[in-house]
Amino acid sequence: MNPLVSAAAITGDLRAGTRSLKDVIAGALARAREADEKEQLNIFLHRADSQARERARALEADPGARESAPLFGVPIAVKDNLAVAGLPLTCGSRILKGYVSPYTATAIERLAAAGAILVGKTNMDEFAMGSSTEYSAFGRTRNPLAPALVPGGSSGGSAAAVAAGVVPIALGSETGGSVRQPAAFCGIVGVKPTYGRVSRHGLVAFASSLDQIGVFGTNVADAALATRVIAGRDDRDATSADVAVPDYASAGEASLRGVVIGRPKEYFPAELDPKIAALCDRALANLRALGAEVREVSLSHTALAIPVYYIVAPAEASSNLARFDGVRYGLRAAGDGLRGLYEATRSQGFGPEVTRRIMLGTYVLSAGYYDAYYRKAMQVRTLIADDFRAVFADGVHALFTPTTPTTAFAPGSRSDPYEMYLSDIFTCTANLAGVPAISLPIGRVDSLPVGGQFMTPHFDEQRMFHLAAALERALGTEAHA
Amino acid sequence: MASQVSVQDVRHVAGLARLGLTDERAAELTRDLNTILEHMEVLSRVDTEGVAEAAGVGAAGMRLREDTRAPIPLEEPPSAFAPEMRHGFLLVPRLATHEDAQEPSE
Amino acid sequence: MTWEMVVGLEVHVQLKTRTKAFCGCSSSFGDPPNTNVCPVCLALPGALPVLNEQAVDLAVRTALALGCTVHETSIFARKNYFYPDLPKGYQISQYDKPLATGGSLQIGVHENGQAVKVGVTRVHMEEDAGKSLHDRYAGATAIDLNRAGVPLIEIVSEPDMRSSLEAGAYLRTLKQILEYMDVSDVSMEEGSLRVDANVSARTRGATTLGQKTEVKNMNSFSGVERALEVEFARQCAVLDAGGVIAQQTMLWDGAAGQVRPARAKEGSHDYRYFPDPDLPPLVIERKRIARAREQLPELPAQRRARFADTYRLGGYDLDVLTSSPALAEYFEGVARQHGDPKAAANWVMGEVLAALKATGQAIGHFSVRSADLAALLNLVRDDVISHTAAKQIFATMVKSGDPPADIAKREGLLKVSDDTALRGWLEEVLAEHPKEAERFAAGERKLQGVLIGAVMKKSKGSADPRRLAQLLAERLGT
Repeated sequence: MNPLVSAAAITGDLRAGTRSLKDVIAGALARAREADEKEQLNIFLHRADSQARERARALEADPGARESAPLFGVPIAVKDNLAVAGLPLTCGSRILKGYVSPYTATAIERLAAAGAILVGKTNMDEFAMGSSTEYSAFGRTRNPLAPALVPGGSSGGSAAAVAAGVVPIALGSETGGSVRQPAAFCGIVGVKPTYGRVSRHGLVAFASSLDQIGVFGTNVADAALATRVIAGRDDRDATSADVAVPDYASAGEASLRGVVIGRPKEYFPAELDPKIAALCDRALANLRALGAEVREVSLSHTALAIPVYYIVAPAEASSNLARFDGVRYGLRAAGDGLRGLYEATRSQGFGPEVTRRIMLGTYVLSAGYYDAYYRKAMQVRTLIADDFRAVFADGVHALFTPTTPTTAFAPGSRSDPYEMYLSDIFTCTANLAGVPAISLPIGRVDSLPVGGQFMTPHFDEQRMFHLAAALERALGTEAHA
Repeated sequence: MASQVSVQDVRHVAGLARLGLTDERAAELTRDLNTILEHMEVLSRVDTEGVAEAAGVGAAGMRLREDTRAPIPLEEPPSAFAPEMRHGFLLVPRLATHEDAQEPSE
Repeated sequence: MTWEMVVGLEVHVQLKTRTKAFCGCSSSFGDPPNTNVCPVCLALPGALPVLNEQAVDLAVRTALALGCTVHETSIFARKNYFYPDLPKGYQISQYDKPLATGGSLQIGVHENGQAVKVGVTRVHMEEDAGKSLHDRYAGATAIDLNRAGVPLIEIVSEPDMRSSLEAGAYLRTLKQILEYMDVSDVSMEEGSLRVDANVSARTRGATTLGQKTEVKNMNSFSGVERALEVEFARQCAVLDAGGVIAQQTMLWDGAAGQVRPARAKEGSHDYRYFPDPDLPPLVIERKRIARAREQLPELPAQRRARFADTYRLGGYDLDVLTSSPALAEYFEGVARQHGDPKAAANWVMGEVLAALKATGQAIGHFSVRSADLAALLNLVRDDVISHTAAKQIFATMVKSGDPPADIAKREGLLKVSDDTALRGWLEEVLAEHPKEAERFAAGERKLQGVLIGAVMKKSKGSADPRRLAQLLAERLGT
């Protein structure tokens, strides 16, 4: 089990009266300050100290919440692409510097209603475009376990906030692996729910058909609890699904007898780091020991996922980011007339990676290229999703894979953009197919954490949490050694 | 596919996306786009005859909203975040006609 | 060379919903700028569109009334372009999978009795942009986003019209249908109906189409007709001189009666349409479409036929009375409550239309309710008031909206058949006109009109002229 304190323990202590809410929040705020100011981790873009204290006072006076709020008094952090009324919302970009959101994201409202207390908003790759949290306009975040390395990305700030012990639960967002990959790099649990499971209302869009709010936790149970709190239909998001949300906590028996776990061969290529492969094998052996059947399967279009992803995501992004034009909010730079205003605002406001993706996305949608790139990619995306449907229809309950092909890397070591894009190779398939996925620690290589990933059919988070909890329990301290 | 992206293409696309580019940036982006698109070539070899484009992943048909007045409330009015307003209007540099903002720069 | 005009029309219609297409903001007009706005229609970071069900219902109703096939699945796409009154940097519209296709509209009848029909290519849903005011402030364009996101349908016709008259007939027929379907305010002046025209010229009898231009900026149906004539004449002149027509957008200047080319060239746009990932496909079940078809309001042609059958009115009366659903409903209300359709038709087409014109009221909000007009006609029929008094009472009803019986009583316009009162007035008149009285008594019958007229005047029209004639005869012993 992760040595970091769990949300369940905090709520338990508060209910038992062994700790005060004031102390819990003061502790989280102090740890946040220490992590950023002393350890220079650069986790937070905004710390919401006064709001957090005020909220703690209000909650303290609410006996009903103490009794029943599932996340009563739990300090949380959220990625700075989630809107919270009265707090800045920058998405790690200069173009939103100084912008304060006048409304709140549904997921944040639900966490607050469940008794969680927001302590701050975390650093990220600009507009979630990146896999290392290097591409923030406000400096890179360091990995708390190895400050010389990146925490992963794009939700690196939220992953670091949990890994550094500031908060037990944080929200990130996923488009191609932006929660699972930093969770793997920081040795914590990261969840990407089914597309449509969690409302995107208030999540600043990167690629709308792939984006999903995700959860970081120190352990599977906490992550499952937070996922349940934010999940469920929302009238403010037309893509949010009207599918009942079970109580993931009642995840079930210890035995995995009758469960079939697929090991997709495309995720274990010959060139995979043998040490990572060995940790996966150990995990699979543990699952077998619990009674699960492990079956070799194939998802034959996996190799096409990165090209598809890097057409679909930039195409949608090029359109989603058109609203940042200097007319209604955010940065406005002077130029020659309106046209000059647009071009100056957008070229000064967006960093190099965002510019690159807007260019790529605009190009693949433009006249003469749409069919060859965008339409083709959306067709191949169907083939990728069909791979998942077929394997799940064939009696496989879940897939197990490594989360990432490598452990945390050094900043600047992925200078070729496409090389950076390959960081998402094992994660972006779940986004393309829309299925839920979880990454959890399965051991270390050269003292750096390695993540293992479960993927299950659409809306079967229940099974995913059950398997992850079983593996977590079976691995015990080995997960962090 | 297989067509090379030229600096002119990059300039055209930057115009569509309203991104001002220095010559140096335009050259860099030309290189980047060609490198990235080269990796996309693999898609052209996939047989997608009769394959539907993915649409609305994980959601079957769109849920609709009742026609009742319920705007998501703004805690602050537009004047709290708009760069320039007068008498309630948002202001931008003057356009003579609808077409002016459309004119390509090149 | 004789050239033939070929016209296709694109009509944008604002739907009559309480709220915008994709958010819960009011779609009403005339509010202070940027007050009917929210995170969605301001395109704030993180806001998402959710489609208005009523907008879908109105669009489906329109499509069915135009004889289109409504598709079970249609797709919203993003039309990407930058403009300051387009907050998201794209317009949500429908592109290659529209709501409905393949309808037609009968705009008249040929001399040979054959129907003149115009094909309707498609009906699709989209959202409106905000409003840009270029002349309000020096050096600045002012943007109001109250209108941004208001639901529209675009109705695209086939290039089936061959004259500006046919184009005008198409627009008037379409407007009438939209009014009957109660889907829009259809006011070109207020911008709830907008027309763009595609026009080309070809040699008469040719089967291929010439190069077209798009004509925009018309603000009335007659403006559309005039603009088409002017643009067609321009094209003919170019072709006669051996020139070629350039593909471009022309702007109509109604004051100058001229068209001029818009500055941006067609084709320099690259809208990068793609399916909007925030909006799953719009699926309208077959059952729902069938129900909408069953519940379709009466179309203008159906109502005309029913009126002809039920009320036995002539062709001209039918045309006038069914020209708008509000007028037709008003007439029908009067006719039903009064019982004599001919009298109702005469009053509605005469006094009512004149009063509307004089006061600038709309029939839907007319100060004289149909029940009150029927009551007025009942008073005439029942001999309680005279026809003259009825017109006078009607004028007061238009001003005050009071019931006719009250006005008649208050102003003493009830027919007086009380002999004492009539005799009193009669004696006064005879005293004032002794010569005429003498001549009448001597047998000069034509003077009866003069004497009775004088009494009517004295009684302000309330005297019962028939009884008066009897009393006069008795009094002078004729």
